[in-house]
Amino acid sequence: MTVSEGPEAKPLLSIRGLTKFFGSFAACDSIDLDIGHGEIHALLGENGAGKSTLVKMLFGVLEPSAGSISWDGAPVTIASPGEARQRGIGMVFQHFSLFEALTVAENIALSLDARIPLAKIAEETATVSKAYGLPLDPSAHVADLSVGERQRIEIVRALLQNPKLIILDEPTSVLTPQEAERLFETLMRLKAEGRSVLYISHRLEEVRRICDRATVLRHGKVTGACDPKRETPASLARMMVGTEVAEVKREGLADTGEVLVEMKDVSVAPRTPFSVSLKDVSLKVRAGEVLAIAGVAGNGQSELFDALSGEYPIADEGRIRLRGRAVGRLGINGRRLVGAGFVPEERHGHAAVPGLPLSDNLLLARSRSDKKAFLSGGFLSVLRRDAIQSAARRICSVMDVRKSGEDPAAGSLSGGNLQKFIVGRELDRQPSVLVINQPTWGVDAGAASRIRQALIDLAKAGSAVIVISQDLDEIFEIATTIAVISDGKLSAPYPAGDLSMEQIGLLMGGIHESHFGGEARYAS
Amino acid sequence: MFEAILLTVITASTPLVIAALGELVAERSGVLNLGVEGMMIMGAVSAFAAAQLTGSPYLGILAGIAGGALFSLLFGFLTLTLVANQVATGLALTILGLGLSGQLGESFVGMPGIKLQPIVIPLLSDIPFFGLVLFAQDLIFYLSVALVIGISWFLFKSRAGLKLRAIGDNHGSAHALGINVVRVRYLAVLFGGACAGLAGAQLSLVYTPQWVENMSAGRGWIALALVVFASWRPWRLLAGGYLFGAVTIGQLHAQAFGIGVPSQLLSALPYAATIVVLIIISHNRRMTLINTPASLGKPFVPDR
Repeated sequence: MTVSEGPEAKPLLSIRGLTKFFGSFAACDSIDLDIGHGEIHALLGENGAGKSTLVKMLFGVLEPSAGSISWDGAPVTIASPGEARQRGIGMVFQHFSLFEALTVAENIALSLDARIPLAKIAEETATVSKAYGLPLDPSAHVADLSVGERQRIEIVRALLQNPKLIILDEPTSVLTPQEAERLFETLMRLKAEGRSVLYISHRLEEVRRICDRATVLRHGKVTGACDPKRETPASLARMMVGTEVAEVKREGLADTGEVLVEMKDVSVAPRTPFSVSLKDVSLKVRAGEVLAIAGVAGNGQSELFDALSGEYPIADEGRIRLRGRAVGRLGINGRRLVGAGFVPEERHGHAAVPGLPLSDNLLLARSRSDKKAFLSGGFLSVLRRDAIQSAARRICSVMDVRKSGEDPAAGSLSGGNLQKFIVGRELDRQPSVLVINQPTWGVDAGAASRIRQALIDLAKAGSAVIVISQDLDEIFEIATTIAVISDGKLSAPYPAGDLSMEQIGLLMGGIHESHFGGEARYAS
Repeated sequence: MFEAILLTVITASTPLVIAALGELVAERSGVLNLGVEGMMIMGAVSAFAAAQLTGSPYLGILAGIAGGALFSLLFGFLTLTLVANQVATGLALTILGLGLSGQLGESFVGMPGIKLQPIVIPLLSDIPFFGLVLFAQDLIFYLSVALVIGISWFLFKSRAGLKLRAIGDNHGSAHALGINVVRVRYLAVLFGGACAGLAGAQLSLVYTPQWVENMSAGRGWIALALVVFASWRPWRLLAGGYLFGAVTIGQLHAQAFGIGVPSQLLSALPYAATIVVLIIISHNRRMTLINTPASLGKPFVPDR
């Protein structure tokens, strides 16, 4: 097909002053952006920087409040996703826009011309997906497919419309490193065919590897445009965050203390049709150790957390031990009394009640474990407001929680600040065991580094810390040992220094190997 | 004797099947309309009134369909345009329908009705045993069978049906694909109302050709249970409708013969069966994902 013309030629897509208001809040504020033919253009920024809002406007899902879009040199308005597709814009969403109840072919048919018969779509899906190295069975129900396979559907769906520009929103956040590798090969092919790609990510390494140019957003504004190959991850991060991000210091970590957490062959049957069963999970964590549990989302992380925290106790008392005590049948409060602390994954609705003030959220978590401090009057359990509020203040100052007002509702805090509060709420008790699920998911870089440092400091002080995370960079930053969970099975623990990204990826994808068919070549 | 029982079973089952088919389409699009009972009774009173005033039961059928559809439009406006809670609105629709129909039908109470006459299909009706049962029926029965075939084809073979199922599965994604969620749902709700109205017309023109207050007698609720019992599939719904209809008739005959089964127990059977089906479905991940409209009852507000 056409040869790459480079960004100097007339751009394929050109945006000027694009703005989107939600109420009085500008999610995107006068954004300028050019994408050339055959160019892979990165859109960088932290959560909430306005990346998703911007691409939703390009794809006709959101209506811009102001600004103009030119496509192939002519000014256009994109009123609907259908119109975007007609002009040659394809989109692969971050949270897949797939229908689980429908088959692969039916899912693809929904975005194509209604006159094309389903049988033909199924046939083309099979051909195109094979041609691009993304094999798919058109008659499979989406509900039965892995996350990687679901993403393939989105990509093949976009490709079948023969787009000039494909927008990918955080495509690698749900993939194992090997699956990501395959995606990059596909992107290179698209580029060679003269198609353009708008690649949204906050993973700096992969942007530097595959993208020709990058536009950086912060708080809805463009803060930089550069050639990512000439930048360093640190310089890109500075553009994204605005300030230097404090590096996490981990000197002095020594995981040689006594065993504080022990799980022995714990199996849990799936509780709902959507959950994963745990299969013979064993682990041991010592004082001073940070055990990170890596894995692709939905492989049993929440089930493992539920078993460890006692949110769903297990039948066999002796199979889970905290500080030597058998606690299998104890609930979450009982385990807190033994000296453990727990931070679940969901900030809103699980770890915190968004509508209640911080002090109430503090009390809800610790009303049993800190009964003496927070309650008085014996069986009347009268709240000691002053003590609770001063504890909330203490947590906010220790963890640098930025809030408006003295004791605001949890839901009014930004994700990062609320997460700092929730982690601080547990750390404030100095637990000898801390289990935390996705500690920095959707949190800005500054808050993430603060939280990671706090976890390391806790381990240094002689506690055992278990971190369940999907973020491999985070895991390498803080873990002393690493285990990988896949389809409810937990791998043996490895010292963090002995494990490469590649090896973790293999462990993460281990169970999905059958889906790769004969292409387990990444093993070599 | 057996033929006669079969005929009564068909007459009892037809309104259940028709009303449930309409609700099935609405629920497949993600709208839970608990107002089936109310739309049904509105259809019944409209059909009876129109047949009385014009003398034509066929105009009565049209009026029944229109009555149910118009009434469902109220539900559509409240839940789709104003995004009110679907459960509460549906319950309100039922209560309003029961009251309003009683008011509208006051002057018709006690009047002799006009019965819709059977259409005997030549040749086919001569088949021994089944002929007269299946091919000497009224128009509404033939419509009910045609609706099962038509809806089954529409949902699983046509592109429009695919869109409707997609909306019911995930309205956010459907919107992102450029499908007009609210418009499709309006049409599905209207269709549901029209079917409920037709079912009501069957009650006041065929089943008991007269107007009695509250004559739907809980059939709207059985229809709702039937949709779940059929796990949102038209052919299963037809089978389930006849099963539920047979139970209703069986309970009458059991009483007549003095068989010692409490009639309340038999009337509760459809609901008990529905609960069993729900338990079976919810214990199977695949069945849940593939059969249940995942966005059922959830409000849709596009973020534009």
